[in-house]
Amino acid sequence: MQRRSFIKSVAPLATVFPALLSGFHVKAYQALPFLGGWNGAGAEDNDHVLVLIQLFGGNDGLNTVIPIDEYSTYVNLRSNIAIPEGSILKLGPKDKSGLHPAMTGMQSLYNNEQLAIIQAVCYPNPDESHFRATDIWLTGSDSDQYLNTGWVGRFLGQTYTNYPSGYPNASMPDPLAIQIGSVLSPTFMATSGMTAMAVPEDGDFYGLINGVTSAEPNTPMGTEVTYLRTIARQTNKYAAGITAAYNKVTSQYSGYPADNDLAAQLKTVARLVAGGLKTKVYMVNMGGFDTHGGQVVSGATTTGVQAQLLGQVSDAISAFMKDLKYLGVDDRVLGMTFSEFGRRIVSNGSLGTDHGAGQPVFVFGNEANTGILGNSPTLPATQDVEAVVPMQYDFRSVYSSILRDWFCVPAADVSTMLLNNYQYLPIVKSTACNNTIQDLTNIGTNLILNYPNPFTDSTNITYTTTGGHTLVQVFDVGGHLLNVLVDAVFAGPGTYTVTFNTGNLASGIYYARLQNGSAQQVKTMLKVTQ
Amino acid sequence: MSENRNSATLHDARHTKRHRPGYWPGCTSGLEEYAGTWGTTQVVHLLKRTLFGASIADVNYFAGMSMSQAVDAILTPTAAPTTQPLNNYGSDITGVGAYQTWIGVGELYQDSRLNADRVASMQCWWTGQLLSSGRSIHEKMTLFWHNHFAMDATQHFGDTPAQLWYNQYLTLRANALGNFQALVKAITLDPAMLIFLNGNTNVQLAPNENYGRELQELYTQGKGVNSLYTQNDVHNAAKVLTGHTVDANYNYVFLPGNHDDSDKQFSSYYSNHVVTGYSGTAGAGELDDLLNMLLSTQESAKFICRKLYNFFIYYVDDDTVETNIIVPLADIFRSSGYNITTVLATLFKSQHFYDMTYAGACLIKSPLDFLIGLCREFNLTVPDASNPTGQYNVWSMLLNQATILQQEILAIPVVAGWYPYYESPSYHELWINSVTYPQRNYYTDLLMTNGDMMGGTPLIIDPMAFTKTLPNPSDPTQLVADACNILLSVPLDSSTQQLIMRTILMSNQMNNAYWTQAWQAYISNPSDMNAYSTVFNRLQAFYKYLMDLPEYQLS
Repeated sequence: MQRRSFIKSVAPLATVFPALLSGFHVKAYQALPFLGGWNGAGAEDNDHVLVLIQLFGGNDGLNTVIPIDEYSTYVNLRSNIAIPEGSILKLGPKDKSGLHPAMTGMQSLYNNEQLAIIQAVCYPNPDESHFRATDIWLTGSDSDQYLNTGWVGRFLGQTYTNYPSGYPNASMPDPLAIQIGSVLSPTFMATSGMTAMAVPEDGDFYGLINGVTSAEPNTPMGTEVTYLRTIARQTNKYAAGITAAYNKVTSQYSGYPADNDLAAQLKTVARLVAGGLKTKVYMVNMGGFDTHGGQVVSGATTTGVQAQLLGQVSDAISAFMKDLKYLGVDDRVLGMTFSEFGRRIVSNGSLGTDHGAGQPVFVFGNEANTGILGNSPTLPATQDVEAVVPMQYDFRSVYSSILRDWFCVPAADVSTMLLNNYQYLPIVKSTACNNTIQDLTNIGTNLILNYPNPFTDSTNITYTTTGGHTLVQVFDVGGHLLNVLVDAVFAGPGTYTVTFNTGNLASGIYYARLQNGSAQQVKTMLKVTQ
Repeated sequence: MSENRNSATLHDARHTKRHRPGYWPGCTSGLEEYAGTWGTTQVVHLLKRTLFGASIADVNYFAGMSMSQAVDAILTPTAAPTTQPLNNYGSDITGVGAYQTWIGVGELYQDSRLNADRVASMQCWWTGQLLSSGRSIHEKMTLFWHNHFAMDATQHFGDTPAQLWYNQYLTLRANALGNFQALVKAITLDPAMLIFLNGNTNVQLAPNENYGRELQELYTQGKGVNSLYTQNDVHNAAKVLTGHTVDANYNYVFLPGNHDDSDKQFSSYYSNHVVTGYSGTAGAGELDDLLNMLLSTQESAKFICRKLYNFFIYYVDDDTVETNIIVPLADIFRSSGYNITTVLATLFKSQHFYDMTYAGACLIKSPLDFLIGLCREFNLTVPDASNPTGQYNVWSMLLNQATILQQEILAIPVVAGWYPYYESPSYHELWINSVTYPQRNYYTDLLMTNGDMMGGTPLIIDPMAFTKTLPNPSDPTQLVADACNILLSVPLDSSTQQLIMRTILMSNQMNNAYWTQAWQAYISNPSDMNAYSTVFNRLQAFYKYLMDLPEYQLS
């Protein structure tokens, strides 16, 4: 008898569940045991790992990577919080910027050729809401685009087709991504479901993987909560593999700083990587960067909240890199720090800074292409409190270049994953994926100019291209994209001029940005009234 | 006609006292009327146990009453449905058009395929009655009695016209809050039951003991250690029941010629009662004598009270519960003449019901409680009768999920009821296993994200609409606390609530004003995509997270 024939086929693709264990929440996936697809190209062919470090609150980039070449302007615009020139940590002899004095660990990484700094990373029309800006960075959307998948989720979901259906399997026995913490980041959402599992850091994680649960009261409720948690834990298909990896590592670098939550998270990551997990992406985080007030101590600007935070970041990453080397897996790991935005150029009266736009991004690891990519942020000549660090590099160009040069994903696939074709940046050494990367060391400093400047109604923008795709954009002081003057592919090198008619735009600062291949430059333009 | 000896395969469902390693402290409270705090916690508890879910509107409604008024209101019967199950299955060889009712049409047509379609329609429709059960316990009690008089219509496509199941539903419903003896009599003479347990072929010359046994074992006496009826009692009950059958039109009929008119001598368990035999139509009246005898035992009242306790409070009835609750409740049941509402009112107004030892989220939601409850708590959009296609699509989706989760209405696999209501010692824990637990999470995730979909009809949770009904959603701390109070019966400690608020609603930002600004930006301009998505993303993740918690499975 054909009973239940009315029931449509309902196949559970993925189930994400948290279990409250030892006071922490754990997420993992449940999937039907049939094999999923496997496209055989790119990331699954290598053992590379990416560690994302999210800094919540919006880190003040101008006091993190400090423009030595524009130091007097910098001091004028934020005299109450400016770092004394003598305290700035110097990088290479030719470098125009230095680091916050708390970041000695990062300075050492730079000196060891393990640190790339990308200046003024942002996107057109930046959003100054923490929430919205976070969503944009995590999903990889445009400012006016709303995505329900994350950029890492699209990368992993398209690499490991149909995940989590058919996983774990022999080729990928572990979660594709691991979030250290309690709640999964939206960045891991793929079309087919979450690609990550969240595990608590350190000691609590140890409690979890040993199957220890917090004692529940001896009541009917306690009995049933315990029962449900037990079932929840049993359905976690990845717990055994994570336990094995964790227990495999019996000794780690001893120099991790104490009382440093980020360090504790990274220590767990190092242990899981060295323990043999095939997980591709880890995410860790720390908060507190929303420094509207008290960013520095009055009169002692090298101290204060941001100094403590940056010190923790630097110490944690430094120890992490030493540990990776100690564990023999340092060549396998690339790390990246980011926040939801940088802060305003001009400081406020509370020894702090308000929400801004462009921010420096750190990419670290043995394969990080050491150097500072981009110029020191273009600073306004006047105390314009609205001024933000104008974009030099789109954040998705950073993602794109990491996918291409660290996970060796073909360029066409990267465009699919990131929903657009983004600028290819020399962030990772060419040895990681044997890709050819453009040398930007001698491209010149005046690839984009304008005349007259200042101007009243219009100005002529002259730009030099080496050929290929060439983009000339105009932004206002808040980072809003006003005009795309050039968006074309040139057959060969040349210098051209285009006129920018400002029409009824208000007087003030505007930026002209040239993007050509991996190169970009920004020119400040000033519109004045007659 | 097939034998329905399902009970032969039963595990020993004999009532066994369950002893936990620990002993619950402070559970000595009894049936004395509760006089303590009547706050959100108590209202939510009452509603989650007696209705399907505790919607915010319902919580507010009942919070405006006293505890006693609220219980009385919930126990007030509601009118029988004005709709009937419709043809949602397409081709009907008796000519019933699409979304026309098949009740009263072609019921004599014994076609397995047609009956299968109609039973499925009936299952959908019944699911719809649960959804529209409102502020009354009536549908939940009807479901309770469905489990008590457990049926599997899907095994009887060939011998039982689908309309009989609809009639049985109405019979259960009409007696659900009335007199238990009247209910037992009605179900004994119910045509679907007569066919299901072979009463229709129970005749003087060849008695069939099936119903006579279940009437005692499953419906009135139970298999408790003091339920000492004998095989001879089973035999004699079957004799009393001879002659009660269905006619060619599937209507109940008493055929005196098939009735055994001898006197029936019962055992000492029934005080050596003799059911005097009558010939002719008077033989039908022996049933009342039999039922009076069956319900004269204290064991029968205790048996029903234990089942109600198990269904509404918890499955462990240890010696303390037996002494403090079951025995006095059974006395009340009997002295009220087996009035079901009287027993329920006593139970739901009792100190014991609100004692946190038992009121505290210890009942694992049944699949229907889980599914219908979340639809009602999140006020999911269900098409009304003007869109029957959409309506049946939604009912089908919920029926399918309930089936996957092991609670298919009108298809209870064994006559003792769904396993979790009788299978010792795990009872309700049997609803949850390594398949059904992830499936529950999968389904709440689905409803919270893409939504379920059938035939173009979506079933999806709107986190914004739900949040707007909370008292103060612009304060993230209060939002989390208020949502937890409604959605979780297990109190999450404040540090866990803070963690959830900080990491999900606040994206780890430290200043709560950011949420307030984001919420107000949305409220003042709901069509602004930026404002909408900022709030929506976080609320979606928040509720998804709450419903993925093991605690969400508890009521």
